Amino acid sequence: MRSQIEGSQAVARAVTLCRPGVIAAYPISPQTHIVESLSDRVRTGELAHCEYLMVESEFGAMSACIGASGAGARSYTATSSQGLLFMAEALFNASGLGLPIVMTLANRAIGAPINIWNDHSDAMSMRDSGWIQLFAESNQEAVDLHIQAFRLAETLSVPVMVCMDGFVLTHAFEQVDLPTQEQVDAFLPPFIPQQSLDPTDPVTIGAMVGPEAFTEVKYLMHAKQMEALDLVPQLADEFDEAFGRRSGGLLKPYRLEDAETVVVALGSVLGTIEEVVDAMRDEGLALGALGITCFRPWPGAEVREALSGAKRVVVVEKAFAVGAGGIVGQNTRDATRGLPVEVYDVVGGLGGRPISRASVRALLDEVLGGQLDPHRLHFLDLDLDRVQREMERSRHGERPGPHAEHMLRDLGAVASGTNE
Amino acid sequence: MFAVRIHGRGGQGAVTAAEMLSVAVFDEGRHAQAFPTFGSERTGAPVVAFCRIDDRPIRLREPITDPDAVIVQDPTLLHQVNLFAGLESGGFLLVNTSRRLGDLGLDDLGRRLSPTHAIAVPATEIAREHLGRPLPNAALLGAFAALTEVVSLGAVCEAIRSRFPGAVGEGNARAAEVAHEHVVSSLRRSADA
Amino acid sequence: MAFQEIKLYQTGTFVAGNRLLDPEQRSVQARMGRSNSLTSGHRACRGCGEALGARYVLDAAMRATNGNMVAVNSTGCLEVFSTPYPESSWQLPWLHSLFGNGPAVAAGVAAGLRAQSRDDIRVVGQAGDGGTVDIGFGALSGMFERNDDVLFVCYDNEGYMNTGVQRSGATPPAARTANTKALGPEPGNAFGQGKFVPLIAMAHEIPYVATATVAELHDLEYKVEKAMSFHGARYLHVFVPCPLGWGAASEDTIKLARLAKESGMFPVFEAERGDVTEVSRIRRQVPVEEYLRPQQRYAHLFGDPGRPDIIARLQARADRNIARFGLLPEGDD
Repeated sequence: MRSQIEGSQAVARAVTLCRPGVIAAYPISPQTHIVESLSDRVRTGELAHCEYLMVESEFGAMSACIGASGAGARSYTATSSQGLLFMAEALFNASGLGLPIVMTLANRAIGAPINIWNDHSDAMSMRDSGWIQLFAESNQEAVDLHIQAFRLAETLSVPVMVCMDGFVLTHAFEQVDLPTQEQVDAFLPPFIPQQSLDPTDPVTIGAMVGPEAFTEVKYLMHAKQMEALDLVPQLADEFDEAFGRRSGGLLKPYRLEDAETVVVALGSVLGTIEEVVDAMRDEGLALGALGITCFRPWPGAEVREALSGAKRVVVVEKAFAVGAGGIVGQNTRDATRGLPVEVYDVVGGLGGRPISRASVRALLDEVLGGQLDPHRLHFLDLDLDRVQREMERSRHGERPGPHAEHMLRDLGAVASGTNE
Repeated sequence: MFAVRIHGRGGQGAVTAAEMLSVAVFDEGRHAQAFPTFGSERTGAPVVAFCRIDDRPIRLREPITDPDAVIVQDPTLLHQVNLFAGLESGGFLLVNTSRRLGDLGLDDLGRRLSPTHAIAVPATEIAREHLGRPLPNAALLGAFAALTEVVSLGAVCEAIRSRFPGAVGEGNARAAEVAHEHVVSSLRRSADA
Repeated sequence: MAFQEIKLYQTGTFVAGNRLLDPEQRSVQARMGRSNSLTSGHRACRGCGEALGARYVLDAAMRATNGNMVAVNSTGCLEVFSTPYPESSWQLPWLHSLFGNGPAVAAGVAAGLRAQSRDDIRVVGQAGDGGTVDIGFGALSGMFERNDDVLFVCYDNEGYMNTGVQRSGATPPAARTANTKALGPEPGNAFGQGKFVPLIAMAHEIPYVATATVAELHDLEYKVEKAMSFHGARYLHVFVPCPLGWGAASEDTIKLARLAKESGMFPVFEAERGDVTEVSRIRRQVPVEEYLRPQQRYAHLFGDPGRPDIIARLQARADRNIARFGLLPEGDD
């Protein structure tokens, strides 16, 4: 049924429909509306047979999910940014133990400096944790991905995180078609754990593994995640048949057929990018876009195939590896190795700075005009003046101090001290 | 696409206004996207909320820099925040004040936009009278409906009632109706003048 | 606990063997039908107090729950020596996750079972002192304040033994560890630090808190069974000497536990909802010196000239416990 609701509410309803047995909740902006809504739904009985645990930290949240999942209950939690880092150890533990936990990650920047707004640094920081990472482009897709995520997780016994842009999606009111309980039940059967803590059949879960077997165990983890490359598209097809719409899948190609320049991105910014592609197409320019819905496992072969006809690929990503370069960009370069294509690495939207049509258009004009160096990391909308002033300060032997404070002072946002 | 930008202060319901507007639009069978700028949430701090309205699904995800309509819930924001950035001729302006636009130094802007597109509405006073509280957001939506005709008063009132149950919803809907009527009469007067 | 009068043989100890007791009074470990939850073949050091304690605790819990329980274990000696891949000495459902999350994982298991309408299956969480009083402390407090239906057991050997005997928040003052060596003007662990978690547990006003030692194994089993008769958050703090870490003879484990109690260094008591309900009194008080001497970790306090001043401060700690908990029989202070 279609309704006009907040993204967080839609996700809470989707999770409710999936009948989790245990929800571990610790609040962090901008995920709070999700866990609040789930608490309400448990209290009113809309979400029945569900234990809602208000844990003492995100580390506690993921740990409780590990215990609950180990005991055979379908388990869920949600977090962002710092919270994801605080549970980092437990993330690796959950994937290593093969527990099919599903988690919403309301993407938010990681500090310092502290920042509550959207970017992908949190998801990227945990890309090696062994979790499957799916990115939603819209609130509709966020709803749909959660339903697919439980199926995916439980089929493979691999935990899955559904990423949705914090505030941009979580706090946006838009139209969402929420399925019925019957539809979801038909798609997502009750959880049958591959292993569980059962007094009638005791098992030891979590033993130490030494050098003689560790490599094999990790290889099998890798192989299992790679199975998702087949299962994710299958589930998207099944979902389409059952619910009547296309959601999920590995990639989202947009006007790629004869595209010479393709923009690659993850998450909600794809909507803006598609608008720019349409506008440029109207001017006769051969633009296209490629959305990456499944970032981990990395669909390298599928990305290569999708970009095989392009001359230029512009990766616009909301995170980067400090001291190294782009992340999605690097993965894309790997995937297109050997193809006659130039890959441009662009970082934008950090800490919630909006990526506008105008910026994307200006970027693409630069690319098409040959003005962008493909061998350097490019920062979208970087205030070069401000940055250079700050670097000048450091060069003149001034106490380096916090860059953030200096720049905020320039902006007039901090009334402190004298003007240097 | 019709883009609305609502300026207010935290606690005045600007975000709720954008959400209710989006629900009203949805109830009339169109597409709407509402979202706030997300600053540190403190009452009294300047807040901006957005609502895009269209006949097709809305893909764009950026703040509204070229609004078709600007709603100012709190006139003390004038001269503090650039409320009118991107508002071109043909756009609409709705200001919550019991004074006239000219008294606020907005005559030039009003002329640029056109007399039938710029209007002042005493939404806070209307709200106080019909709601008992100085929360102008619902009243302003009623006024908006009259000014732009982008959404009907009926849909606005329905959205208000489903957001606020019982007497609170009724009070807010009534305030919206009164503000709507205020705008309709003002526009009729300018047309006759 | 029921009382039974028995006649002791003149064996030179005050220990009553199980064969002198009525069958129902015998310990779980003395019975043929015990679960052997932690069965033989594990890799613990000889004389390991934790292995002894865990065996008693889990079999008592299994008896109290009719075998209907699950164990959650934090990283530490117990977890490591009991699961040398590909072997396991656990004969009950057992989950090990991380070092700092034992109580949270146990809470999750309890919730998961309840969600499946299987809360007839009880949950016991266990960890060493490191995993309980330090890195697991946040999770422990969370579990207490939520009153999760878990019995959490701390096997306290007063240091991070698994990683090579480092100091923990449970390490007593003056004790030598790998990073509080007997060097400098204040040899051994500092005075004025550390925490006694049973009191902190009591501050959470949970249904049941108790301390016990591996010198009084009946008492230990009794407390486990009593704990399992409650629902909600329960905490059992078991004093378990570590021969390797403490530099003690492996056959002295039980003796040292007894001396810790009889000197007043380790108070043995029960509490419910924040109030002490029972105290196990000292039978024959000994000076702390008698407890400290057999342990190499206190060797720097002895010899010539030794540190009688530190021993005196440790005695003062013991005396404070005695006064605070009323550890001596009435009129014997």
